[in-house]
Amino acid sequence: MTASALAGTHSQNSEDPRVSARIASETRQDWVFRWLLFGAATLVLVCLGAAAISMLVGGRLAFQTFGWAFLVSDDWDAVEKHFGAFVPIYGTLVSSAIAMLIAVPVSFGIALFLTEIAPTWMRGPVGAAIELLAGIPSIIYGMWGLFSFAPFMAAHVLPWVRTHLAGIPGIGALFQGPPLGIGMLTAGIVLGIMVIPFISSVMRDVFRTVPASLKESSYALGSTTWEVVWNVVLPYTRSAVLGGIFLGLGRALGETMAVTFVLGNAHQLNVSLLMPGNSIAAAIANEFTEADSEIYLSSLIALAFLLFVVTFIVLAIARLMLRGLERKEGR
Amino acid sequence: MVRRIALFGLALAGLGVALSVASAGEVTGAGSTFVYPLMSRWSSDFNTATGTRLNYASVGSGAGIAQIKAATVDFGASDKPLPAEDLAAAGLAQFPVVIGGVVPVVHIEGISAGQIRLDGATMARIFLGEITKWNDPAITGLNPGAKLPAEDISVVHRSDGSGTTFNFVNYLSKVSPEWKSKVGEGTSVAWPVGVGGKGNEGVANYVKQIPNSIGYVELEYALKTGMTYTALKNKAGNFVQPSLESFAAGAASADWKNAKDFNLVITDAPGAQAWPITASVFVMVYKQPKDAVRSKEMFTFFKWALEKGQAQAKELNYVSLPPELVSQIEKYWASEIH
Repeated sequence: MTASALAGTHSQNSEDPRVSARIASETRQDWVFRWLLFGAATLVLVCLGAAAISMLVGGRLAFQTFGWAFLVSDDWDAVEKHFGAFVPIYGTLVSSAIAMLIAVPVSFGIALFLTEIAPTWMRGPVGAAIELLAGIPSIIYGMWGLFSFAPFMAAHVLPWVRTHLAGIPGIGALFQGPPLGIGMLTAGIVLGIMVIPFISSVMRDVFRTVPASLKESSYALGSTTWEVVWNVVLPYTRSAVLGGIFLGLGRALGETMAVTFVLGNAHQLNVSLLMPGNSIAAAIANEFTEADSEIYLSSLIALAFLLFVVTFIVLAIARLMLRGLERKEGR
Repeated sequence: MVRRIALFGLALAGLGVALSVASAGEVTGAGSTFVYPLMSRWSSDFNTATGTRLNYASVGSGAGIAQIKAATVDFGASDKPLPAEDLAAAGLAQFPVVIGGVVPVVHIEGISAGQIRLDGATMARIFLGEITKWNDPAITGLNPGAKLPAEDISVVHRSDGSGTTFNFVNYLSKVSPEWKSKVGEGTSVAWPVGVGGKGNEGVANYVKQIPNSIGYVELEYALKTGMTYTALKNKAGNFVQPSLESFAAGAASADWKNAKDFNLVITDAPGAQAWPITASVFVMVYKQPKDAVRSKEMFTFFKWALEKGQAQAKELNYVSLPPELVSQIEKYWASEIH
């Protein structure tokens, strides 16, 4: 039916009072539905704006007192009331970077295995297991990290790292110091394990959307599995895969409890990944209850605001990368 | 601002136990996490004895002070006393309710509890990062005959603000001018070296896991988890072991008589057998309570706690207040609370 014919039937039927009543009620329903949707979307924006503004207001005192130095100072002294955010920002970025270095390739492997290689009977149970992993509360990861993983790192992994990697010029500085088992590297690995389920389940879902005909055509041309993945599956799903990675990164940046347990919570700037550090979320969780001066509390809220800003910047970069990719693909 | 802290404290208290909207027959308090196990025990025993309910939210000393200043609770509890002028400004009275203490714990292969002896100045230098090996002459000098390894010392401290930290660094500040000028005292300080564990259990776990480490915890944690605590040299020059007896000696020898509003940190007490890092938990209440009925019930509770509740304290490894201190507190109530 064409548009004009549709309009014709409408004007014809609208003379019937029952039909016009029905049309009116449907219009009303539609109107309510639209506003509900609009409200749901607005609610998110309002919450986001309110959170950002209240953190900015709460941290105003710290920003006013310390100015730009708050961003670059590694001082954090509640007695002298000097605060700087550099150590937590650095720790947040470095621990998340380690996490992504581990989580991205592993998640990629899991997702490919589940969609391309695993026998069909295995896909369901393994997929469900990964989703279960995503449901474990972060404090459990933290306790596991502290009680099981940190001692394992201290006893087996770190001594090896120190003998084999500490001597390499350049990156050797990253692997110096006593094998405490608690520090940036351990925190990064635990974080990596935590975000694997998020990234891999997104990747698996988008890999499934690749049309079988595309893959089969490629196989028919004599491609190996690797070539199909690299030349067909990945180009087809690239933007969604990146989206999944940044979802995991967002979670890693804001993770609190697991990091608090294994990061060492020391406001000291160390190049070595074996040494303890601090992250924004961990510092806030640790120190909020006993922040006994206004400037101390304000500095913690300012930290929260900075986490917000850091996350925003990271997600903005992700968007820009996506847009660049889409343009290159000519979509 | 104080109100804002109180609001955050309330949020952290979760169920909002501290909201003072409840009816009579109920007393609410908030603050020190250290005293929480004892408060909950007292709360259930007192409820059985009198029918009055006591709700105590373990939100931390700083939040406890903020909440009593905002008058959202009937009493606040803190490991750190408020100075008399702060109390006067807020119209508060303050008194101690129980004694505890902080003990250094170490993890050294082949060394068992109580074997290592330290003094305040040496401990300050370890926590400053100046003494870095266990076989440093400063340590071996205090421990002739002990086999101390030539290993790096790993320092463990609290990562969260805490009354335990306050009492520990207060002691270090009293015995080491260098500590006082470089680090100072507070519920959280800028530690020159080391890793931070969250809570007593966090420090205890780090010390257990990291070989050649040293940390500090409440006595109860050290005893309950079988940690290697050290002996400490006290002000009188004797090496004492941490125990309920040495804590009691510390509390008894402190100069309570001359402390206005009991504003006294009892570390580095002069008694011959006194444990040097003895600490007390303070309660803050309004001198002129808004609700006389609730206030009366609260003082019934504290009178009961100080006179009858001290046996429970002992069971939970707290130290009861010396009898003369209890009578001093009751006199203080009579003169200060209206």
